[in-house]
Amino acid sequence: MNNIIVFCETDNGKLCDVSLELLTKGRTLAQTLKCDLEALLIGSNVESLAKELYGYGAKRVHLADNPKLEFYRTLPYAAITISLFKEEKPQIALFGATSIGRDLAPRVSSALHSGLTADCTSLEIGDHQDAKGNKWENLLYQIRPAFGGNIIATIVNPEHRPQMATVREGVMKKEPLSQPVDGSINRIDTSKVLMDTDFVVSIIEREIEEKKIDIKSSQIIVAGGYGVGSKENFKLIFDLAKVLGAEVGASRAAVDAGFVEHERQVGQTGVTVRPKLFISVGISGQIQHTAGMDQSSMIISINSDPDAPIHQIADYAIIGDLNEVVPKMIASYKKHSK
Amino acid sequence: MTKKLKIVVLAKQVPDTRNVGKNAMTPEGTVNRAALPAIFNPEDMNALEQALRIKDKNPGTEVVLLTMGPARAAEIIREGLFRGADGGVLLSDRKFAGSDTLATSYALSQAVKKLNPDLIIAGRQAIDGDTAQVGPQVAEKLNMPQVTYAEEVLEITDSNIVIRRRLERGIEVVSSPMPLLITVHATAAPCRPRNAKFLMKYKSARTVTEDSSVSDAMKITEWGAAEIGGDDNSFGLSGSPTKVKKVENIVFQAKEAKRLTSSDADIDSLISELFTNHTIG
Repeated sequence: MNNIIVFCETDNGKLCDVSLELLTKGRTLAQTLKCDLEALLIGSNVESLAKELYGYGAKRVHLADNPKLEFYRTLPYAAITISLFKEEKPQIALFGATSIGRDLAPRVSSALHSGLTADCTSLEIGDHQDAKGNKWENLLYQIRPAFGGNIIATIVNPEHRPQMATVREGVMKKEPLSQPVDGSINRIDTSKVLMDTDFVVSIIEREIEEKKIDIKSSQIIVAGGYGVGSKENFKLIFDLAKVLGAEVGASRAAVDAGFVEHERQVGQTGVTVRPKLFISVGISGQIQHTAGMDQSSMIISINSDPDAPIHQIADYAIIGDLNEVVPKMIASYKKHSK
Repeated sequence: MTKKLKIVVLAKQVPDTRNVGKNAMTPEGTVNRAALPAIFNPEDMNALEQALRIKDKNPGTEVVLLTMGPARAAEIIREGLFRGADGGVLLSDRKFAGSDTLATSYALSQAVKKLNPDLIIAGRQAIDGDTAQVGPQVAEKLNMPQVTYAEEVLEITDSNIVIRRRLERGIEVVSSPMPLLITVHATAAPCRPRNAKFLMKYKSARTVTEDSSVSDAMKITEWGAAEIGGDDNSFGLSGSPTKVKKVENIVFQAKEAKRLTSSDADIDSLISELFTNHTIG
């Protein structure tokens, strides 16, 4: 009881990265709180995935396996989640900030009257004291940007359980245990939970594309901004990425200007990345963008404006014209790699 | 087949987060809305367009805008009237102050019950919080199904509605009975512009708070907690499970950056260093 439950999403029979990232984070939180980490797995023919969840530290896997649950639908998934949370009374429940998690979590939080914080960028455990002097120990600090990224707010849910949060894919690290835990399955009897009225919304058609561009898993990212100037000139960015074995990213301004596809957008409204090396080219460094890349292990910024904010978070700030710098980098790389 | 429907569009007046200045937050950590330019939340505009399209195809349909906010939020109701909405309700009361998404949903759902619509259409999320929570929470409180991230309402039959949704990597077409709550995605059709006829008709539409001598025909409805009923403890701060513990303005953390020029020597030594420390290889 009062454990941490991570809602685990599947895609084409595989566990989603965001769920494994949340389990990794949940493991740390459970250690601090001296409680167990558990997973909720809903779907059709998903039992075999439980083993992988043990590998991420889930000691119990609450399993709702039913052919009717193959594709996500709000009402049946919410009914199962709400019923489980009422029974298990977890202190913390985590969801991916995906189209599924962001549809499900608010519905669940409303039914349980528990607080929910969307798109957290950091989760910590700490104490809290309100203005009246009431004190709470070991609350979940739900930390998120707000106001278009201009402020960072720490949210707590002192009195209601579970403390619920959603987190985007790529924000937390994904790390399996070297040795899986000795976990077990709690089989949920879906016939007792689900009613016919949970299936009033029917899916007529589904067309889901395979993930194509995936800059998130790349170890090196070369990202271009509005300063690159044109779609044609973005070839420079692709050239540098090619020699480095990197993926191409972009700022929102570059995507809005039509230089590259939206899938490449890094930042608060795009993807969050944490590569080994992030090379920023012609990006000014607005907070909406840097929120999605400032956790990179190393940042190199190239911008002719010495006062561009991007230079302040860079490890190496190159003050210069990108049209000059990028070809020089390519040439230098070729020379050194021989 | 056409059907006369009653549609409530949930809309929010939001601070334009693209123009946030230093006075945006009060010392208590709440938003100082007065210091910011206020706009009609962009995805709520997409929601309004979907409602107006249903009205185009189903004459006799009534579109009512519902918003919660301070007195000045009546501006977005007027904006809706100028574009084709038939009416609007402003939910405003000191008791609603400090509401998180759950308390907001509670107040909105109480007002929706009173309006008793066939359809509720809202934007997916508001740009000041980007939570996307209020839509699903209102649906839950009204015990009705929800269809989120709608891109287009494809068909309405006697009791069913068919909607195309936009997901991360594709689309889904779903069918649902009504009443139903829909949230609309930014990729849906943009809202039509103001209509000159409606602009003339509604230019003097005001709430009583804005103009105590407003005529009945031009009156924008204002409801407070008393008008929508419900449990006072579920409104505002007391009805909000989430509390703001701390708010920090973003300050770039000073990190020691090595400043380089575009000279051959600088670039070459950087690349060489990256090879040495195995960052690239």
